[in-house]
Amino acid sequence: MAGARRAVGVPSIVLGGSFLGFGALVHQVGLSVWHALFSTATGWALPGQIALVELYAVGASVLVIAIAVGLTNARLFPMTVTLIPILRAPGVPRWQYYLISHFVAVTGWVAAMRDCPAMVTEQRLPYYAGFAGVLWSISMLATWVGFALAGSVPAPVTLGLVFINPIYFMLVICADVRARSRVLAAVLGAIGGPALYLLTPEWSLLLAGIIAGSLGYLIGRRGDPHE
Amino acid sequence: MSEMALPNALFWWPIVVMVVGAVATYVWRALGVALSGRIDPEGALFQWAACIAYALLAALIARMIILPTGPLAQTPMIDRVAAAILAIAVLFVSRRNVLPGIAVGAGTLVLATYVRTVWF
Repeated sequence: MAGARRAVGVPSIVLGGSFLGFGALVHQVGLSVWHALFSTATGWALPGQIALVELYAVGASVLVIAIAVGLTNARLFPMTVTLIPILRAPGVPRWQYYLISHFVAVTGWVAAMRDCPAMVTEQRLPYYAGFAGVLWSISMLATWVGFALAGSVPAPVTLGLVFINPIYFMLVICADVRARSRVLAAVLGAIGGPALYLLTPEWSLLLAGIIAGSLGYLIGRRGDPHE
Repeated sequence: MSEMALPNALFWWPIVVMVVGAVATYVWRALGVALSGRIDPEGALFQWAACIAYALLAALIARMIILPTGPLAQTPMIDRVAAAILAIAVLFVSRRNVLPGIAVGAGTLVLATYVRTVWF
């Protein structure tokens, strides 16, 4: 319950806004509200969901979509690896961790990594379940509202809703990314993404991600003594 | 027959794609549980994977702002880029607080589009 209460506030406003944008995006692509809700319920990792819808809209193959979503969401692996030992308590069956892992996403992870170490171990899993449960519910509601708004508000406002997510993730990268290799990777990706899109809309995302990411990693690591 | 099948396929095919996407997402979470505590998340492979994820996300964002598909493509590029630059400026003025940045970024595009439809 404490987790549920903490979730209400700035994190849920930002998250709600971005899923509002996702609902609007799905509407603009011509899919139904059920697709929007299904994606949020089963994926619940927004960058991958947006990549999926955008790639679907340009007619990319399932293979390309699967690889792009997989690469975009690979960050969930180190996040889960670091979160689960903190949530672990004696006597809790293993399947509960597999269940809760579906709710590992940036907002809840940041909060849990900050708050949980100070708690008794038995309280941590319920805390995370409460926190993530509220965020997940807000995401579903916001997806639905965003889809509904996109069809009924004036056209400029719909454009604004669809524009929320590129702006949101651009700002998150600007605000959070410090390590030199990651900054380089993001800058090179931002240049390479649109450029490669002109050559190959279907493969541009994968190519830009792998080439720019690898270049950023190699160049950044060599120059940065902290890495 | 084929006319009847079309709407059905249009509904179910995206669902299939989304199931594939959900699997490609959950695999990482499950793998994270399976290997938690037994692997160092600061290792070189993770750093490389993080770089690819950031580059891919940045590529997608830049493409959505500079070369959007759908209705966003009808807005002039100068409006979208100006809105993005303003959003970044607000982010750093507000001590890396994303909320005002999002509001200004999206708000600028709405306002610019509205002004163009009314006055031009």
